Amino acid sequence: MRLTICDFTKTFDRTTVIKDMNLVVEDGEMLALLGPSGCGKSTTLFAVAGIHRVDGGAILFGKRDVSHLPSQKRNVGVVFQNYALYPHMTVFDNIAFPLTIRREGKADIDRKVRAIAELAHIGDLLARRPSQLSGGQQQRVALARALVRQPDVLLLDEPLANLDARLRLEMRSEIRRIQMETGITSILVTHDQVEAMSMCDRIAIMDQGAIRQVATPSEMYRQPASRFVAGFLGNPPIVFLDGEVTGDGGFASRGVSLPLPGRLRHLEAGRPISLGIRPEHVGTSGGARVSGQVVFVEPQGRETLFDIELEGGAILRSIQPAGDDARVGDRVDWAVDSDRLLVFDRHGNAV
Amino acid sequence: MRRTLSLWPLALLLALASAPIAIMYLFLLVDTVTNAPPGSAIPNALTLAHWRFLVDPRVTGDVWRPTVTTLLFTASIVAIVLVVSSTGGYALSRLNVPFRRFLLAGVLVMHAFPLVTLIIGVFLVLQFVGLYNTLTGVILVKAALMLPFGIWIMKGFYDTVPWEIEMAGVQDGASRFTVWRRLVLPQVKPGLFALALFAAIDAWGEYMLPRILAPSSDFQVLSTYLNAVSDPDSTTYNFNLFKSVGLFYMLPILALYAIFRERLTNIFGGGTKG
Ligand SMILES: Nc1ncnc2c1ncn2[C@@H]1O[C@H](COP(=O)(O)OP(=O)(O)OP(=O)(O)O)[C@@H](O)[C@H]1O
Ligand SMILES: [Mg+2]
Repeated sequence: MRLTICDFTKTFDRTTVIKDMNLVVEDGEMLALLGPSGCGKSTTLFAVAGIHRVDGGAILFGKRDVSHLPSQKRNVGVVFQNYALYPHMTVFDNIAFPLTIRREGKADIDRKVRAIAELAHIGDLLARRPSQLSGGQQQRVALARALVRQPDVLLLDEPLANLDARLRLEMRSEIRRIQMETGITSILVTHDQVEAMSMCDRIAIMDQGAIRQVATPSEMYRQPASRFVAGFLGNPPIVFLDGEVTGDGGFASRGVSLPLPGRLRHLEAGRPISLGIRPEHVGTSGGARVSGQVVFVEPQGRETLFDIELEGGAILRSIQPAGDDARVGDRVDWAVDSDRLLVFDRHGNAV
Repeated sequence: MRRTLSLWPLALLLALASAPIAIMYLFLLVDTVTNAPPGSAIPNALTLAHWRFLVDPRVTGDVWRPTVTTLLFTASIVAIVLVVSSTGGYALSRLNVPFRRFLLAGVLVMHAFPLVTLIIGVFLVLQFVGLYNTLTGVILVKAALMLPFGIWIMKGFYDTVPWEIEMAGVQDGASRFTVWRRLVLPQVKPGLFALALFAAIDAWGEYMLPRILAPSSDFQVLSTYLNAVSDPDSTTYNFNLFKSVGLFYMLPILALYAIFRERLTNIFGGGTKG
């Protein structure tokens, strides 16, 4: 079911946390709500769930306006960050709880619980208590409980934050698999960009209560709409150089000069811009060159991260397949893929 | 080995310190089933005569009526305290009730007042509503005096239940009341349990309030009954009989402790078992 958030505004005690937010999640899509801490992700999610009252605007499930419906009537499945399992009930009773509230028949409940438990691979844990489960298993139970009554919308608030690294990887693909098999429209709240990119069809980036850009993961990575988005996505992060356009369609700043990407050669000279250079575009291939001194080396196993200081004092970052070619103090002269450079104007918008 | 050795002096000290109490209780028990010659503490004859009061109302008056009254008194107080504390504590813990801080502080201040400072006010109120000299009046006052403690205890227990559990319940379609009853209440059960026990013990032992607030009424609770038995000027005065009645009075509390010892130590130790 398609979810529409229309001019949504939320105010806590006179401070407006979210103002006129618009967002559409298509039917069956999984959308990531990504943003730094405190930007209003959970607030948005809880407004969709009906936990927070909507102070302005509307929330629509399909064509149905649910803005003023209580949570109980919205049919939303929520997975909380700490799973919020009912500790005094068995796994079976946990998953069956939404169905017993609806007073469904015993046989029906039994069948549905077993089916969803099978899907979440917890069929053999049904008799246990939540405290007897591992974090990953609790996560699956929470997911099963949210899905068992076939909600119109599934909301996940940082579902992986409490898991260790290996489990996180496993549950990442598991959640996605279960979401795709059930085809339920979902919103995943996270501040982990890898989760957002790997699990979701599209990403909505939020900052200070506003959506900055909505796009597919690869589009957002290659064509960020603003300096904020470019800086938020990518690990190791992008480097920005502030400077201005030179007469010959290039860029100059503190002793660095680089050609602009082909499509931007026409910019008028003297215009102040900033250049975003991703670490993977510095190093082995590309048309332009920079030279400087290696000031920092960080081996990461498969790849190695370098910081190089250019003549004017600017620092560029480069990530390259591991090798032992450069050490701290070495002078290097590396290629820059100038066609992939990102250009932003004074206000931080992409040019 | 080392540990047990080093515990010896401590155990000895504790044994010595509690010896007077232990001996007193021992004599209490022994004296109720024996007779001793005048001037001696050492019994010389076994007898069940001191327990005759259980079947023969001529000894000290009927003991079963006060017993039933005390049971009723205790049960009502426990019920009132549980109902009000479990709902009031929840409200104070979760709901954005107006003047929440003020209420919380007020509840604490109430608890800080000793009974005597309140008794005149309580007396006047009871007179006014016509509950002076009635069992209902005493029950209400006793329960009310316990409530601040009960509400605070329950608020503390509710505070430990994660907010998300309630939200999950609401998302699952349950009404706020169902959420409270089926999801929250089971998790504060240890608190309710402890509170019920405290209230029961406290109410069972209550002596002052029935004396002061219902001095001339036709009901007696066991504590006032015991007081009557212990009156040395009465015609039926007999110290061993007094001890028997006292033991009879203690038995339910001892039983409660014996049955729930495990749970009680759990609660006092603040232990949640995983
Ligand atoms: N109940 C509340 N009362 C007042 N302010 C609140 C309340 N809930 C959230 N806020 C404020 O709203 C803003 C957004 O909070 P929100 O919880 O949505 O952030 P978030 O994006 O989920 O952050 P995180 O990643 O840390 O969970 C924050 O500045 C927060 O202080
Ligand atoms: Mg949050």
